[in-house]
Parts: sequence; C-alpha cells; structure tokens
Amino acid sequence: MTDADTPEPGSAKPSGTDSDVAASAADGRPRLPTPLLYLTVLIIATSGLVYELLAGTLASYVLGDSVLQFSTTIGAYLFAMGIGSYLSRFVGNDVARRFLEVELAAALAGGLSAPLLFLGFAYADFFSVLLYGTIGLVGILVGLEVPLLMRILREHLAFEELVARVLTFDYIGALVGSLLFAIVLVPTLGLNRTALLFGMLNAAVAFGGTFILAPLLRRRERTRLRLGALLIGGVLLAGFAQADAITDYAEEGLYSEPVVFSQQTPYQRIVVTGGQTGVQLFLNGNLQFAQHDEYRYHEALVHPAFAAAQEPSRVLVLGGGDGLALREIWKHPGVESATLVDLDPAMTEMASRLPPLVALNAQAFEDPRLTVVHEDALVWLDEESRGPFDVIVVDFPDPNNFSLGKLYTRRFYRLVRGALADGGTLVVQSTSPLYARQSFWCVDRTMREAGLHTHPYHATVPSFGEWGFVLAQKTPFDPPSRLTTAGLRFLDDRTLERMFEFPPDMARVAVEPNRLNDQRLVRYYEAEWSRLAP
Amino acid sequence: MEPIGAVTKRREMLASLLGGAAASQLLACRRAPDEPESIDGRLGAPDHAFGHRLRDGLHLEEWDDVPEERTRVAIIGGGVAGLAAGWRLRTRGISGVRLYEMESSVGGTARSGQNRHVAFPLGAHYLPLPRRDDRVLRGFLDSMGALEDDEGAEHVLVREPDERVFYRGYWYRGLYPYAGASNEDLAELARFEGEMLRFAQSRGEDGKPAFTLPSRECSTDPRFIELDAIDAETYLAREGYRTARLRWLCDYATRDDYGLALSEASAWALVFYWAARIHEGAEETSEVLTWPSGNAALARALAEPLRGRIDTNVMAVDVRQQAGEVRILLLTPGGARRRVIADRAVLAMPKFIASKIARRAKLPDIGEPTYGPWWVANLHLASRPRGRGEVLAWDNVIYDSPSLGYVTATHQTGRDSGPTVLTYYFPMTGDVSEARQRLMDAELETLQTACLTDLSAPHPELVSRLERLDVWRWGHAMAQPRPGFLQEGARFSAGKASGRIHFAHSDLSGLALFEEAFHHGVRAADEIADAV
Repeated sequence: MTDADTPEPGSAKPSGTDSDVAASAADGRPRLPTPLLYLTVLIIATSGLVYELLAGTLASYVLGDSVLQFSTTIGAYLFAMGIGSYLSRFVGNDVARRFLEVELAAALAGGLSAPLLFLGFAYADFFSVLLYGTIGLVGILVGLEVPLLMRILREHLAFEELVARVLTFDYIGALVGSLLFAIVLVPTLGLNRTALLFGMLNAAVAFGGTFILAPLLRRRERTRLRLGALLIGGVLLAGFAQADAITDYAEEGLYSEPVVFSQQTPYQRIVVTGGQTGVQLFLNGNLQFAQHDEYRYHEALVHPAFAAAQEPSRVLVLGGGDGLALREIWKHPGVESATLVDLDPAMTEMASRLPPLVALNAQAFEDPRLTVVHEDALVWLDEESRGPFDVIVVDFPDPNNFSLGKLYTRRFYRLVRGALADGGTLVVQSTSPLYARQSFWCVDRTMREAGLHTHPYHATVPSFGEWGFVLAQKTPFDPPSRLTTAGLRFLDDRTLERMFEFPPDMARVAVEPNRLNDQRLVRYYEAEWSRLAP
Repeated sequence: MEPIGAVTKRREMLASLLGGAAASQLLACRRAPDEPESIDGRLGAPDHAFGHRLRDGLHLEEWDDVPEERTRVAIIGGGVAGLAAGWRLRTRGISGVRLYEMESSVGGTARSGQNRHVAFPLGAHYLPLPRRDDRVLRGFLDSMGALEDDEGAEHVLVREPDERVFYRGYWYRGLYPYAGASNEDLAELARFEGEMLRFAQSRGEDGKPAFTLPSRECSTDPRFIELDAIDAETYLAREGYRTARLRWLCDYATRDDYGLALSEASAWALVFYWAARIHEGAEETSEVLTWPSGNAALARALAEPLRGRIDTNVMAVDVRQQAGEVRILLLTPGGARRRVIADRAVLAMPKFIASKIARRAKLPDIGEPTYGPWWVANLHLASRPRGRGEVLAWDNVIYDSPSLGYVTATHQTGRDSGPTVLTYYFPMTGDVSEARQRLMDAELETLQTACLTDLSAPHPELVSRLERLDVWRWGHAMAQPRPGFLQEGARFSAGKASGRIHFAHSDLSGLALFEEAFHHGVRAADEIADAV
C-alpha cells in the first residue's frame, strides 16, 4: 500500500483516474489514490452483505427455519443501514477520521456479532433484544460507511461518476459477498469464523485507510487510529483462533448438554447431544426426541397400529430416519420386511453409525429385513404403485413449512391409502392436540377426506408435552384394545384403551382439510405455535 | 471485478436484442452478473428452414406420379386446435382420421422438454379451471384425470406456494406487490378488482355473459365491445387508474397472455384477462391447473385417441377442394412427396400459413393478425436458487422486468430439493417485424446474457448452480389482440368452413389461449361429424 504523503505518479490506474487526479490537483486539493478507495468500497460492501447474511442465517438457525425469521432480521438490518445513512449527515468536516472510526467500530461489532449471538442465545434471557440490538448496531455502522466514503470521494469526482462508480463497486461487493458466503465461507469456516474474518478485513481497511487518507488526517489521529486497528484486529484474531471453543461453548449452552454430533445437510441441521440424561436429537433446532422419554412416544406411535392390523408382516416407515420406530417394529416377530423412506441420507447414516444412537435404536438398521430408500416420501409414493403394506408408520417433523406440509395433505394420504393392504393400518404422528389443537384435528379431517376411517389418540411425552397420533384404516374399524406384544415400558392394555379418549380441552374442533393447493395446515400450525413461542 | 469492456459488450448485446432503451432499463436496475466464459446450451426454434420452402414455387405436375393415399378426415397441423379436432372426432366415433404435422412432434406451442430429472415446458404451461358449464373441456379434463369429484384434482391444481413477486430486493407472496403499498395504491387495486368483478358478472342485452371462455360466447353488446376501440393504457387513464403498481400489474397481464404492452393491447382483451376467469357467481379468479411439462400434458392427452394416426415431419404445401373431395400435397424434409385425398380437411394452423397452402379457399375473415415473437429459456440447475423472503414458488415474477419471470418445473412433482429446471418467459413487445428480426438475429449467448442479467437481481448466485441454459425462439408465438381485433364482435363467429375445408386455430379468436384453440378444434370436428 502506498503512503499518500508521497504519492507515486499514476502508473497502473484504470483510464479516467489520471484526469480525476489532475482535476483535483488543479484546484489545490490533496490527491488520493482513488483505485484504492474503490477497493475499500468493494471490501466494505462485501463485508456489509456478509454481516447481513450472517444475522439472517444465525437467526433462522437458532430460532428455527421460518421465513419470518430471515425476512425480519434482514429487514431490520436494511432499516438500520438506512438510519446509518441518515446519521451520516451529522458528521461534520472531519469526514476521513469519522469514516475510519466507523470502520473500526464496524470491525469490532460485525466481527464479534456471530460469536456474541451464539453465546447470547445459549445464555441470555432476552435473546431477541440482543439479536435486534446487534443487527441495529452493525446495520447503522455499515450504513454510515458508504455515504461517508462518498463524501470523501466527492472532492475528486463529478457527481454522476461518483454515484456510478461507488454503487457499481458496492453492488459487485454485494455479489462477491453473497457468492463467497454460500459457497466458500459457511461450508469451510462456519458462521463464527466468517464473522471474525470479515471483522479483521474491516480492521485492515481502517488500518490501510490511515495511509490512503493520510492527507486528510492529523498525525496524532493517524497514530491513534492505527493503534486502534491493531488492537481490534488482535482481539478478532484471538477470537478466530479460539472459534471452535466458542462454538462448542455456545452450542452446549444452546442445547444444555454436550454436542456429540452436528452436521448441516442440504435438507436440515442435525444436532445430537449426549449427557447425564441421555441422547437428544435436534433437527433445525427443534427437539425430535430425548432418550429419557422417547420410549413413550415410539411405543405409542408403533404398537397401536400393530394391535389394529391383521397379522402384519409387511411394514412401511415414512420418515423416522432415527431408527427408533424401527426398534419398536422389530419387537413384532411376525414382521417379514420393512421399508424405510427418509429424504436425508445423512440422517440414516448417522443413526446406523453413531454409537449412542445405534445403542438407542438397538442396531435397527442392521436387520436384513430392512430396505432403506432416500427419497421424498410424496415423490416415492407418486412415482409408481407401492405396497401393499400391512402397517404404515408416518413419522415426519411437524408441518412448519410447505415442503413438510405437503406430506400432510389429502393427496399424500390418498397415495398412502393406495399403498395400504386390505385390513392394514396407518398411523400418523400429528403434533400436539393440546398446543396445536386445530393442526391436530386438521390432520384427522384431511385423512378422512382421503377416504380413510380414523381413530385419533394421544399420549403424554414429557419432553414434548401432550402428543397426538391418528390411526386409520381403509374401512371402518374399532380402536384396538389388546396389544400384540408384551413387555413394553409405557403401554399396557388399559393405557392403550384410555389413549383414545379426549378431554374437553383437546376435543375435536371444526377445521378445514389440508390440500396441496391451499396448505391450510401450515397456516394453522404457524398461528398456533407462534402463540406459544417465547 | 469486471473489466469495463465486458460491461460495454453486454450493453451492446442486450441492445441488439431488446433495443437500446429496454437494454438500458434492464441493466440499470440489475446487478452485473458474473459472466463465465460460456454456458452450455442450445438455441431451438420451430423448423424454419423447412417451413420457408413454402415461399418457393410449387410445380404441381411433379406430383402426378405420386400414389394417392385416402383418408376420411385429414387434420393438418398438430397444435392444440388440430389435436382437439382429432380428439373430438374420435370421441364422436368418426373413423378414418389422420393428422399431419410439420414438426417432429405434436403440441405446437404446448410442447415440452425433458432432462434426466424432470419434464419442463417450452411454451404454454397452465390452464385455469374451466367453468362448470363448459362440459366439453371439463369432460376432456376428467378423462385425463385432471378432475376429481368435478373439482380440479389436488395434484394438478397448482400447489402452494403458487406465486411470488420480487419487489425491491425481496420476494413476497402473490403477484401484486403489497409491501409498502400506500392507501392510494390499495384503494385503486380494490376499485379495479371490484370493476373486474362487475364485468365478470355482467350480461349484455343479448343475454350472453359479457366476458367468458371461449370468447365466441361473449356478448356483442356495444357496452362491452366498445372497449375494443381503445388500447388498455387509454382505458386505465380514462377510468382514472394512476398508480404505478396497478399499471404494472395490468401491463404484466397483457404481456403474460398476449405478448403485448399495455399501450398495444385492446382494452377489451385486458378486461377479458380478468373477467373471463371469474366464473359466474364466484368472487375470485378460478384455480389453475398445471403439470411439470406444462400444457404438453394436455396435448399428450388430446393426442391419445389419435395414437398411430399421426404423421410427423410432413408439411402440407397445397390443399384444394376438387370434385367433392380435398386433395392435399405433402412434403417431407428429405424431399419425398405424398398425395392425400380426403373427404374433408381441417386446416389447424394460423392464417398466415393457411393462406400460403390453401390459395383458393375462402379463408376466415379475421383480417391480417400480427403474430408476436417470444423467447423461452430453460435453466437447468443443479440446485434451487436462494432468495430473500418468500420461498421458491411455482410462478416467480419480477416486478419491473421486461420478462414474465419463471416457473419451476419440479414444483408440481413435490420434489423440494436438488436439481430443477426453471422456464423463463420473454415476450418481445414493440414493432412486431422489427422485434422478430432482432430475435431471429440474436445469438444464443445474447439471449443467455439477457436472461441472466434479468435474474441476477433476485438470484445473484444463479450462475454457480447453472448446468445449461437452452433458449427456444417462437418467431410467431401467438396472434395478438390489438385494438379493433374483435371487428365489432364479428370475430365471435369467425371460422366458417370453405366447402369441405374447415378451419381451427386460436388466431380465429385472436386470443392465444388453450381454451380458444381447444374449442375451435372441437367446433371444426363437430361441423364435420354433423355433416357426415
């Protein structure tokens, strides 16, 4: 980098720059190396966009994968940038000094944003205050940067040139940032290191800026800013070196137990924790099971369907890649074959390799009677006629987006019905009849619309609360009253019978069925669970 | 970072395709896309070299030695109208039907492509659920499994999320950009929707609905027909619609259905776009049926009863009525000649082609319609594009873009991750022959650049997911409903047969919609079935 106190004659400059410099030199103003300033714009824009994407990704990662999360954080960020742009008007004549100070503050706030939010989510009570506070602060600082820089450059360029060039580099930087973010940074560095790296870049820009803008700064200011940049860069570098420790510390706080496995797949983020109370599985931050009470859920999911079916031997599991439903299925010696369809290969891979899970599902994936298919269940059923199956267990995550919602539609249940043997039984995990009463009864209504005869039931699973299932056959049938397997921990014949009774606070409500072309269930579900969200 | 030279080159490329002003507009509001060296792709079009032989002279005596083939009904043209005529004749029990198609496959503008993951449209891609009393079309849809219990079948109705619009950096649900809309915007939209609903529920002095599908059942009451005297832009101004958002919505509508800018389209056609899709007694526009391959699924179902009776790669070069029969001369791309003698023939082709083949026939009195040029790009992607805001929908529209946005081929299959094909639509508005020339002169790279420049605003990372980008050019995509096209209502009875030669094509209506082509095919078939 060139110290602009002793500018070099313009050698490797793009055409046009010479005349700019000449023009400014002619009216006696100090010369600045404008190409380096464009590079600054580029870096600023890139890191601005990266901070924005970081906040959105982080919010949807820790708070769930809702579109709302991403939109509101990004909206808030852009709004804060707007405030920053507005505030730039209150900066007086010392633009260069202020610009570099803002740059340093952005380096610190942006660089520490991701680690801070990770730790905050794990340990702070008011996470949204922290989230929007951080977003607001980083947004304001980033919003200040470009207007201030434009004011510095104003002295050297005609207005139309200035706007065109700065915005061009601004947008190119945004493109570079978005490409880097998705393709390189998040996969290789992770969120924390990405933030810290761009913080260091901002600090480097500030450090370099003290040389580029030297003619506009007093000697003492230069020294002070350089020391600040080195200090902040050092802090961020230390954070960068310790990023894994921060992530572990945060993720453990987040999950309250040590994380034994975590993987981002094209479909979801899988996290497994293990500690005093046993193994827990989280998908996109949502608890799927906890070892200490999952037997209640999986016994209630599997055995009533077997009790209602006639001599079940052919079994289909849709979802259920953790293998725990399979473990219950293998307790029925009459089972001759089972097919498990789960979209995410990483899920079944983990459930058949990771020791604590293999222990928990009793090596369910080792059984030679099992066939595993990695495909979207709707597409798999639609491709060709499947079955017939005597028992079909449908165990998907709750319908919190359209991709999952389609697996709860009338169309889907019609396809499932088509794969069901005569006298065969279908069971569907169908969220909580207590917390999401409309959603639960919407699943039941939709299955009826698909020509199924249903018996809804529920069980208490302390980790989840009161949980619901729907049992169904192609023709009218009585709810089962006798289990066909003994030695269960939760279910016995009396418990089985009582599960089919609903107290008034969970009783049937009038709802519309869920169809592919309206996806009402996703809207019921979002409305009901958002009421409960902290 | 991009060298200045590349930017200039792109500007020149886009200007050669779109004209200078439109190119600047496209570049002004878009980020510069990262341009790789070259993108795999193919430039396709209906077979022009073959089609243009029509311009060469024809020596009838050369046909004298060619053996005669006999058929009862010859359908010439395998677009939707021709296929519908064949389907109708077969379902009415008429035997001896044969269809002759110039291209290597039938379907016309309702054709599709296929890669190893999914089928995708090359042209038309959806059909609004027809009104209940359109028995023939409903019957056809039922027979192909598109209806269940007299409603649209769940897997054929567009799946949620159906539509989103990209407006100032974000995707929003629906087509109208509600985000940031002022009270004036919303009040105007509500007034417009109310007005369209009133039109949909109106009947004329003749007792006929003001706007319905097929259009020949519309009222000829001057109250409604007078709208055809002015263009859609004048209509909006006359009715006091001022907001930019509503004007955009209407401009999108006329470009979407007709390939015409607001100022080029008949005001009647603009109202028809909305009002004809609101069924009598309903409050909202009807639901939409679609398939991964688009309307090619409809064309395939129409062709089903004609299986083994369709000859492709044969072009009719002369059709004339002589001694109580129709004599047809056919040519293959290899130069082989065929002679077909039919009791009756259906000319299922646009008038500008029919006029070159059936020189002596009395052609339908529809004036000389203009046929607009379109291009359609198929983007084969390794994975789904990201975007800010609402998730990927079936129809994805970009506010203030000269294109119509894109549809997602995998949407209706239920496959929500992994590879897909996006089909991007671009009607060339403005002077027709000049626009067509620019389109036909354009190179693949130019069309690819225009598409990627446009899509770089919502999806800056798109290129990194792109496996190939094919472009399909439609030089004469559709007849255009410009002001006056109704000829004061005379259009509604267009299509009278010329002796034993019958006509079927959507250009008879002037509205290039599946329903219009289908009903003209059915009408022509009924004329024949009633006569024999």
